[in-house]
Amino acid sequence: MEALLSRYRNLTVLLVVVVAQLLYLAYQVKTNRDERLIRVWAVTAVTPMAGIVEAVRHNTIGFLEDYFILLDVREQNRKLKADNDHLRMENTYYRNQLSTAEHARALTLFQAQSPSKTVAARVIGNSTVATAKAVFIDRGSTSNIDKGMAVVTPEGIVGKVVAVYPLVSQVLLVTDPTFKVGVESQKGHIHGVLDCGTGKCTVQEIQNEDKVDVGEQFYTSGEDRIFPRGFPVGTVVSAVPGQGMKDIKLNLSGAPGGAEQVLVVLKGVHQAIPNAPPEETTAAMLPVPPPETGDDVASSSKPQTEADKIVQKYGVIGKEEGHVYGAVGSGIPNFNLKPAADAPQPAPARTGGTETAAAPSILGSRAVIAPAKAKPAPVTPANAPELILPLGTPRRKPAAPAVPLGTQTPSPPPAAP
Amino acid sequence: MINETSDTLLNRPPLRDSWFSRFEVLALAAITVVAIIGKFYLPRLIPHTEWLELPLLLTVYFGLTRRNPVSALLFGAFVGLSEDSLSPATIPIGMYGITKTLVGYFAASVSVRFNVESPAIRLVLCFFFFFFHAFFYWVMRRALLGQIVPFDPQETFVHGALNAVIALPLFAILDRMKLSGTA
Repeated sequence: MEALLSRYRNLTVLLVVVVAQLLYLAYQVKTNRDERLIRVWAVTAVTPMAGIVEAVRHNTIGFLEDYFILLDVREQNRKLKADNDHLRMENTYYRNQLSTAEHARALTLFQAQSPSKTVAARVIGNSTVATAKAVFIDRGSTSNIDKGMAVVTPEGIVGKVVAVYPLVSQVLLVTDPTFKVGVESQKGHIHGVLDCGTGKCTVQEIQNEDKVDVGEQFYTSGEDRIFPRGFPVGTVVSAVPGQGMKDIKLNLSGAPGGAEQVLVVLKGVHQAIPNAPPEETTAAMLPVPPPETGDDVASSSKPQTEADKIVQKYGVIGKEEGHVYGAVGSGIPNFNLKPAADAPQPAPARTGGTETAAAPSILGSRAVIAPAKAKPAPVTPANAPELILPLGTPRRKPAAPAVPLGTQTPSPPPAAP
Repeated sequence: MINETSDTLLNRPPLRDSWFSRFEVLALAAITVVAIIGKFYLPRLIPHTEWLELPLLLTVYFGLTRRNPVSALLFGAFVGLSEDSLSPATIPIGMYGITKTLVGYFAASVSVRFNVESPAIRLVLCFFFFFFHAFFYWVMRRALLGQIVPFDPQETFVHGALNAVIALPLFAILDRMKLSGTA
């Protein structure tokens, strides 16, 4: 026997070690008891190190980013994000409550319920098992965390606490193959079981006869005794009849694996399933203004300064004389003319009634003939008179647009002597 | 005098047996702790690195280098149980322990029969042991714990290949550390 053992020493040691571990495993499964002492030692030994690494990473890389690149914007953003998450959580709760206020017992329900009591936590580490989706958070039994508590974010559910240590807790994510969540559809209030074991989240145990639409929201039903009823779970991306049960695929509203900050529900409060999906916008918004037209812009623009008034005046003059500023071949407009808009009350009309004489704005200057506002004569190339322009003014091209001037335009007043 | 020198040479432990004398025990323990904590913390630092199995690669390296099945299986059991203690509370302690015990034993057994210094052999062995490790762990979860967990062979192949690629420079670094210990 001794010779046999010495000959197969390696194999014997292997069998002893494996069998010992198997027996220990069987003992744990049989007694359904977690070996807390070993886990506490391991977690207590590892998590401070992870915290130190996280602190070093934050204080080195984060320091450079915070103070040399973005100053303290990142810190403010983090704080605002945390506040925003908290407010959204409250908003979701109150929105759910208000949506149920239309029902008969809504008031009683509203008074009876109170918001879930939560505590914020930070994810500090992952599990060592690649196939098991679990994370560690930096809150433990000292923060009143208990085993079985739900972990959520304002966007959706994250997981449940499976192990609690003094300073940290272990959270099993909803994407873990062994995790199931009781869910309820928004419209038909159809109950099912969320299962993310195959990599894609599906809702099981729903009959083919039940009506579930694509885009419909699913909420926690509270039947799993972990998550309070009414927390958003996800949106249906496909719902097709299967063999016996409906094949429903769900897109989780939260990101359990990528969550940095989570909320542990210390005291859960069941809420009613809202009738409408939660909206992001809360403030009332005016309708979109009508599209602007050129006339509106011209009429609505009001000169604010002297420069604006001059620009507007020159614009009117250019329009009246058919001048296009900046265009090649467009003649110099006569800026001494008074634009029609600025013209004072019309003087006694001349023969034909198409012209009005404007009083000279400068003492001693000649009266300026401005185009009539009331009845502008139709100007055609045939009856358009040739303007008498000052000396040196380049002649306008024949193709230039017609000027809205009167048929008898006197020569412009000469320049001031 | 000659006989005394011969006796000294004969009594000196062979190169591979004096592994511990060159690769310091403390250094080994430190690397093991770093590997386990790395698996715990690395996915938080660098996203999408859950596939990296540094403790497994360390177990394989120990088995291939030590070439002593008993030491390798004990080392594998220690690493596996350490990982188990950080695993979710829904998984009892011992699952990784058994798996890595077998990996360490088989790695040491293979190293006795083959020349495992070649990078190509190491690449193939790392890929094989990763696949064996993942498959055996999945079988144990189904058979012993009754947990229905998915097993994706394609994903496991890809992760095995990635771990094998990572193992080559890692083993080279560990080799250099061992050699530097002799100098």
